[in-house]
Amino acid sequence: MLRTFRIGGIHPPENKLSAGKKIVRLAVPKQVIVPLSQHIGAPAQAIVKKGDVVKAGTLIAKPSGFVSANIHSPVSGKINKIDAAIDASGYKRTAIYIDVEGDEWEESIDKSDKLIRECHFSAKEIVDKIAAAGIVGLGGATFPTQIKLTPPPGSKAEILIINAVECEPYLTSDHILMLEKGEEILVGVTLLMKSIDVKKAVIGIENNKPDAIKHLKKLASSFSGIEIMPLKVQYPQGGEKQLIDAVMRKQVKSGALPISAGAVVQNVGTAFAVYEAVQKNKPLFERVVTVTGKKLSNPSNFLTRIGTPIHTLIEEAGGLPENTGKVIGGGPMMGKALISPDVPVTKGSSGVLILTKEESVRKPMQNCIRCAKCVNVCPMGLNPTLLMNATEFKSWEMAEANYIVDCIECGSCSFTCPSNRPLLDHIRMGKGKVMGIIRARKA
Amino acid sequence: MILIAIISLGGIGAAGAALLYATSKKFEVYEDPRISEVQDALPAANCGGCGFPGCAGFAAACVKADSLDSLNCPVGGASVMEKVATILGKETSKADPTVAVVRCNGNCDARPQINLYDGATNCAIASALYGGETGCSFGCLGMGDCEVSCDFDAIHINPVTKLPEVIEDKCTSCGACVKACPKNIIELRKRGPKSRRIFVSCVNQDKGGVARKACSNACIGCSKCEKECAFDAIKIENNLAYIDPVKCRLCRKCVVVCPTLAIHELNFPPRKEKEAEPVAKAKLQPEVAASITAATPEN
Repeated sequence: MLRTFRIGGIHPPENKLSAGKKIVRLAVPKQVIVPLSQHIGAPAQAIVKKGDVVKAGTLIAKPSGFVSANIHSPVSGKINKIDAAIDASGYKRTAIYIDVEGDEWEESIDKSDKLIRECHFSAKEIVDKIAAAGIVGLGGATFPTQIKLTPPPGSKAEILIINAVECEPYLTSDHILMLEKGEEILVGVTLLMKSIDVKKAVIGIENNKPDAIKHLKKLASSFSGIEIMPLKVQYPQGGEKQLIDAVMRKQVKSGALPISAGAVVQNVGTAFAVYEAVQKNKPLFERVVTVTGKKLSNPSNFLTRIGTPIHTLIEEAGGLPENTGKVIGGGPMMGKALISPDVPVTKGSSGVLILTKEESVRKPMQNCIRCAKCVNVCPMGLNPTLLMNATEFKSWEMAEANYIVDCIECGSCSFTCPSNRPLLDHIRMGKGKVMGIIRARKA
Repeated sequence: MILIAIISLGGIGAAGAALLYATSKKFEVYEDPRISEVQDALPAANCGGCGFPGCAGFAAACVKADSLDSLNCPVGGASVMEKVATILGKETSKADPTVAVVRCNGNCDARPQINLYDGATNCAIASALYGGETGCSFGCLGMGDCEVSCDFDAIHINPVTKLPEVIEDKCTSCGACVKACPKNIIELRKRGPKSRRIFVSCVNQDKGGVARKACSNACIGCSKCEKECAFDAIKIENNLAYIDPVKCRLCRKCVVVCPTLAIHELNFPPRKEKEAEPVAKAKLQPEVAASITAATPEN
C-alpha cells in the first residue's frame, strides 16, 4: 500500500500532455527582462547601471535583506535600462532589461556535460556557494534555499526530503528533469545532505511517473543513504507539510517550521540547481519550463533563460491557439492567469498553461448548501466555508481563531465546491489581512 | 385557603425585592450622568468614524478628556460638537468639516480595457491578484467595496463610468470607504467654503507617457499646475500632483492649465467667458517667452 498524506486531498485530472517530451534548449531571445523580485522576501538591489556590459552568470543584483537572493544575468549583452515591467504578480515592478549580444558565459562556469561526483567542499562552503548562485526553491514558492539549509540554533535536521511529487496537473518539468538529469540530481541531493549533515534522504515521487521511479531507483543504488519512495497520487502532496506527513507520518504543528519535525524539504529542481552551482560554478539563470495546453499543437518542456518573455515560449510550442481564454503562469491549481504574454520567465516559473475559452469560464456562484465537501478535502484540516464567511464579514478574530494563516492556498476547496463558490479567493485575501494584523501586534 | 397563597407568594415577592435592592446597592457602579447626556446629543450612527467603538465609547471619551481638541464626531460635525461642549462646559475643537473625494477619473472611455477579470466581485481580492482590467494599476477597480462599506448610502458606483460617486449631503466623512479601498483612491478632504473644492482626481504614479497611454485622464506629472499656482499649494511627487487643501485658495487657475483635465473643481459657479480667456493667455505667455530666450543663445 503506497503512502500519502492523511488529511483531505483531491485527485484532479492529471492531463500530463508533455510527459516524456525531451528537454529542448531554447535559443537566447533578443532581449530579456529580469525582474528584481523573483523570490519571496525583499526584492534584490541592482548593482549594474545602464550601458554596463555583462556576461551570462554575471551578478547583476544583490540581496537587500535576510530573506532575499542574488540575481545573475541570464545572457551576455548590454544593460538597456532599469525600469518597471509587468511580471507574474500582475503589477509593474522594477526589472533589468538586457539587450543580448552573442552568448558568452563567465569563465568560471564549467560548460561541459561531464558529471562530477566528488565534492571536497565543507558544509559551510556548499551553503555559501548556493547563496552566491542565487538559488531559491524551484517548486514555485521561491524561498531562498540557503536559509532553509541553515536551521535555527538548537534544531537539528534528521532527514532530507526531496519533493519530486509534481502533484500539479499538466506540469512535467520535474518529471523530465529526473529522466534526463537523474545522476546530477542525486549528486545534488548528496550535496544537500552534506550541507545539513544528515545521513538519510528520501525522494518522494508520485506513482504516476513509474519511469522516473525506476530510473532513479537504478541510479540511487550507487549513492549511500538515498531512498526513492513512490507515493499514491493525491493533490496537494507537493505541499511541504503534506509531503512530510506522507513520508514521515509526522504532522507539523500550526505555525511551526518543517525543521520541528526534523525534516528539511527541497524541490528536485532545486537539487539539480545545487549540483550545477556547487560542481559547475553555474548560477541559477536558466530553468526547465513546461508549456502545455489541450489546444496547443506541440506541448513541450523547454530549457530557457530567466527573463525570456513567455510569448517566445508559446511560439516555440506551436503558437497561441485560436479560442484561447487564459494563459496561466504555473499549473491549473496554484497558477495565476497572466495579464500579458510579455511577462518574463522567472526562477519560480514551472509552467505555462494555455486554457481555451470553455475551460477558463468561471461558473456562476450559488449559495452554500453546507455539504462540507470543502472541509473533507482541505489538506490542512481547516473549515474553508467558515473562513470564507469570516473574511466576507471582516471578522478577523474569528478567521484567526480558525487558523486561516495555516491555509496553503492549494485551491482544493474551490475545486471541489458544487456551488462554485470562490472560497480560495476570499480565504487568500483574509489570510493576508490576518497576517498583517499579527505582524502589527508583534511590532 | 386563598389567604395562605397570598401570604406565601407575597412573602416570597417581598424577600426577593429586598434581596434585589440590597444587591443593587452593594454592587452599584457609578456612571457619570453626563455620558448619557452626551450620548443623547450624538447622532447614534455608531459608524466608528471618530475612532471609538460606537457613540457610547465616544461619549465616554469626551467626558474623560481634558480638552475636546482631538475629538471630533465626523457625522454630526461642528453643530453636534458644540452641543457636546455646552453639556461638558469645555471648548469645542474647530476642525474643518471634511468629505470623501474619489481620486480617479479613469472612466470607460478614458481607460481602455486590456484584459478581463472574472473572479470574485471584490476589489480587495482583485487587487491582491493583479493591477486591474486596464493599463493603470493605480486606478479604481470599480467593484464597489466602498459602496458596500458605506453605512450612510453616500457612495455609489456610477453604472456608466464604473467609478464611485459621493453624494455630498449624505457623506459624514466617517472614513469607512477610505479604509475599504485597496487602492487608496478615496481621500477625506476639507469640504471647503460652500462645498467648493479643487483636487487632483488621479493617483497614478507612473511616468507621464506610461500613465497617459493607460488613461487619457491621468495626471502625467507635467508640473504645469505647480508652476501656475501662486500659493505654493501644489507639489509633484512620484509623477503625481497633489493639492494641499489648506494652502489652496480655490483660484481655479490650475484647473485650466491641466492638459489631461485631471484636476477637478466641484460646486463652483460656471466660468464667465471673459474670466477664462486671460487665464489661458497667462498660461501661454511664459512658454512663449521661454522659447524665445532659449533660442537666442544658440544663434
